[in-house]
Amino acid sequence: MGLQTMADFQRWAPEARRHLKKGPGLWLKLKLDPWLLLVLLAIMSFGLLVLYSGSGSSETAVNKQLVRYGLALLVMVIITQVNLRHVQRWIPLLYIAGLLLLVAVLLFGAGAKGAQRWLEIPGLPRFQPSEIMKLVVPLTVSWYLAGQPRPPKLIHVIVAMVLVAVPVLLIAKQPDLGTSLLIGSSGVFVVFFAGLLWRYIILAMALGAAGLPLMWMGLREYQKQRVITFLDPESDPLGAGWNIIQSKIAIGSGGINGKGWLQGTQSHLDFLPETHTDFIVAVLAEEFGLIGVCVLLSLYFLVVLRGLIIAGYATHPFDRMLAASLTLTFFVYVVVNVGMVSGLLPVVGVPLPLVSYGGTAAVTLMASIGLLMSIHARRPQRI
Amino acid sequence: MPWSQMNNQHQEVSQFKARLWWALFLIVLVFAGIVSRLVYLQVWQHQHYVTESDDNRQQLQAIAPTRGLIYDTNGDLLAGNRASHILTLVPEQLAGGRGSIDGVLAELAQVITIDEGDIKRFKRRLNQPRRPHSPVALSFQLNQTEIAQIIVNQHRLPGVRIVPDLVRYYPSDEGFVHALGYVGRINDRELAKLDSTNYSATEHVGKLGVERYYETELHGTVGYQTVETNARGRVIQVLDRLEPVPGKDITLFLDAQLQQTAAKLLEGKRGAIVAIDPRTGGVLAMASAPSYGANQFVTGISNANYQALRKSDDLPLFNRALRGRYPPASTVKPVIAIAGIDSGIISRKYSIWDPGYYQLTEDGRLYRDWKEGGHGRVNMHKSIVESVDTFYYSIAHLMGNTPMTKYLALFGLGQVTIADQPEAIKAVLPTKKWKRANRNASWFRGDSLNLGIGQGFLSATPTQLATMAMLLANKGQWHQIRMIKAIDGQAVEKVSDIGRNDPKQPVNIELKRTSDWNKIHNAMVDVMHGKKGTGRRSGADSSYKIAGKTGTAQVLGIKQDDTYDAEKIAERFRDHGLYIGWAPAKDPVIVLAVIIENGGGGSSAAAPLARKLFDVRILGAMAEEKAEEKAEEKDGATNDG
Repeated sequence: MGLQTMADFQRWAPEARRHLKKGPGLWLKLKLDPWLLLVLLAIMSFGLLVLYSGSGSSETAVNKQLVRYGLALLVMVIITQVNLRHVQRWIPLLYIAGLLLLVAVLLFGAGAKGAQRWLEIPGLPRFQPSEIMKLVVPLTVSWYLAGQPRPPKLIHVIVAMVLVAVPVLLIAKQPDLGTSLLIGSSGVFVVFFAGLLWRYIILAMALGAAGLPLMWMGLREYQKQRVITFLDPESDPLGAGWNIIQSKIAIGSGGINGKGWLQGTQSHLDFLPETHTDFIVAVLAEEFGLIGVCVLLSLYFLVVLRGLIIAGYATHPFDRMLAASLTLTFFVYVVVNVGMVSGLLPVVGVPLPLVSYGGTAAVTLMASIGLLMSIHARRPQRI
Repeated sequence: MPWSQMNNQHQEVSQFKARLWWALFLIVLVFAGIVSRLVYLQVWQHQHYVTESDDNRQQLQAIAPTRGLIYDTNGDLLAGNRASHILTLVPEQLAGGRGSIDGVLAELAQVITIDEGDIKRFKRRLNQPRRPHSPVALSFQLNQTEIAQIIVNQHRLPGVRIVPDLVRYYPSDEGFVHALGYVGRINDRELAKLDSTNYSATEHVGKLGVERYYETELHGTVGYQTVETNARGRVIQVLDRLEPVPGKDITLFLDAQLQQTAAKLLEGKRGAIVAIDPRTGGVLAMASAPSYGANQFVTGISNANYQALRKSDDLPLFNRALRGRYPPASTVKPVIAIAGIDSGIISRKYSIWDPGYYQLTEDGRLYRDWKEGGHGRVNMHKSIVESVDTFYYSIAHLMGNTPMTKYLALFGLGQVTIADQPEAIKAVLPTKKWKRANRNASWFRGDSLNLGIGQGFLSATPTQLATMAMLLANKGQWHQIRMIKAIDGQAVEKVSDIGRNDPKQPVNIELKRTSDWNKIHNAMVDVMHGKKGTGRRSGADSSYKIAGKTGTAQVLGIKQDDTYDAEKIAERFRDHGLYIGWAPAKDPVIVLAVIIENGGGGSSAAAPLARKLFDVRILGAMAEEKAEEKAEEKDGATNDG
């Protein structure tokens, strides 16, 4: 041990003594991270406020959402109790089961608006297997790469990419472009944090750019239409462009201070579509203005920051990669939704995390937060 | 743990942390991008989007003023407004957008019946410039069943809406249409002429008659409101409102009871009745038969019904009271007599021997009197009472064209006398100039003879004949003939009071000897009450004195030496029966002109109708009943005694 280590020991010793006397704190016993929890509760509260307005002052919607939040928090608490070291080996099984469910969706799934996303298994509430894959894919890729030397060799990267591509394609086939993009990026993030060499990253980006026309041809007609509408919403102001035009008007007319809670004309006079789901941030921007959106974005930023800090503290490679990937996926959620509503990105059906009305997404999100907390609770203590 | 592995691990951790910093950098960058987008929208472009948002929710709507009501002289409603339901479509809000209109129409047709013409008119309106999300009218005046049907099916008919509206309504439909005219949907031609601002919310405009002439007064001034609407165009609240100024109510001289009686008397006939109050010039009744329903024109008449009206041989759409040209026949005899004596061409004692015909030259054409064998010695009085044609052939021959046409003109023939009926025509007063221009011939002596008995080229409308009767009754005193009595309670003496052009200002007729009026009056009273008066049957038993003159207009010239047989000639070639007159004979309160087409003689076809109208006007319905009661009492008393 060098001098440096000695100095460290001397610096930490008094605190360690205090720790030994008191034992671990209450939060640590519960395996919960108070900071993260506080910020999430703040987002949920703010979200309920906006949801009440966006749903047309519907108390039923707010009550239902409250129940979902409760359920999501419960799932989070349960997951934090799980030590990833103990369940790690079951991950491949989980992955295979997930793939089977996705195939089952394509074969027997139920759906709406031309998309098959739901699976109805007798005795279980109907659910979307793609939601489960939002967790399973980063888990699987992290598990796989944790078992390989880092930075990963090309062959390992290719295997990892295949692990990502199979569920992504199955989900894109439903079709559910938003979810498949999110899952795809969660897998890619793991590879990035595994230390993929920059030259591969640059190469992949170049290939991606070259492959864009191919992707265009692979898109379905309605998906192409969405991209066209995104590039030129005025081309069809009463049809497909309507949503984006109206949401920009809602945001822009909100100004800095907003029109006031429940005072949004765009949302309350039905000019704005999907005010309680995908376009809820436009309601927020209209009624609470730039200040309101910035407050929410700051809360999201705090979640992301905390997630990165947790990843930074994690020592096991699996934990590190998983935490970082989940955090970035959460960030992508926010960006895709806000970017879509403000006209920066094409319209993809991605809800605003923890604010949009809907249960499945909230449960999945809180489950991933649960994973983060579980990782953080089992970090090596500074003694 | 070997040192190298430790070192490796250390390297790996620092590499991971570097990646975390990279990620954080990217995250901050993207968040900054989003925030700057929001700043761009919410700060930089804020004003633009505020305007867009307000444009979205606020709409300036024009509000049609309520059309003024039309009352009769006693305050009975002749034209009102009633609530009606209009079926409209908002093309932008149809389930499949504008392109699905035919589909929606087909679906609607399963729910209610829609007229082909309505669809045609709807499509025309659809192609006119309009605000997005504004409703386009498809069908007017839905009945309760149709409204219920549409409401029940509302869920599968998005964009289909029922809009309440006020629509013109004529309570007594057929009987008054030729006097009032009607309003109808504004057509393209009218649209070009009307003030587009003031009519921006108005659907109807006066098409005929009083409704057309007083359009400006009846229409009112458009109002505006700014409303907040939702995305489907439903009005949430009114933000600002400038009330429209309703049209003015107008009161006519028309007497609803008299008008109704006139219409009833004409039922099943072709003809016209015009009644005027000689003290004011106000039109008391103006009926033309056959008639038609005015209300069907308000909401849009079906093509089949319209064609049926248009093609009918009886010409129901034709306003005979204002536009029918009839030979006035013997009804002009009092005027011709006045022309003769007032111009000094014949003496007041002038008389002829009537053998039943008149011959201009020996061996020349025979001008027949209506009475075979003639009337014997005839002076002016007898010539009017018994309507002796021969007398008038004689004096017409002495006068020639000029004095006759001059006096006929003084009595209103050959000119539009009524001020506020835009459809009125001049008919024909055949001056020498007229004959030269229209027949390219000079005036013959035979023409004068025909003119003397009101036949030949001369024609007049029933309104003109009523005017002539008024001047006779008034001893030459003119009043403007008009429908209007008052606008918003303010009396109208002549249409120039409300800024319109009066018809050619007539002069009062001043005879050289005013006692001549009395001579004519006495003769006309004897027509009704004299032993040999042509109208004596209609004048009998009246509690008041009537002055009148019958007329029988030949539809065809009767050939020489042919005996006239009404039954042998097709009904259409039968004589027109005419009558002019007033009552009471002194201080008259009503003058009348009655024309029954192909009704036969004036004394049998027209005069009895006039008598009934005089009774209604002078005795009134109540008085009539009382008179009957009295008569019964009297009968009872006699029986007792």
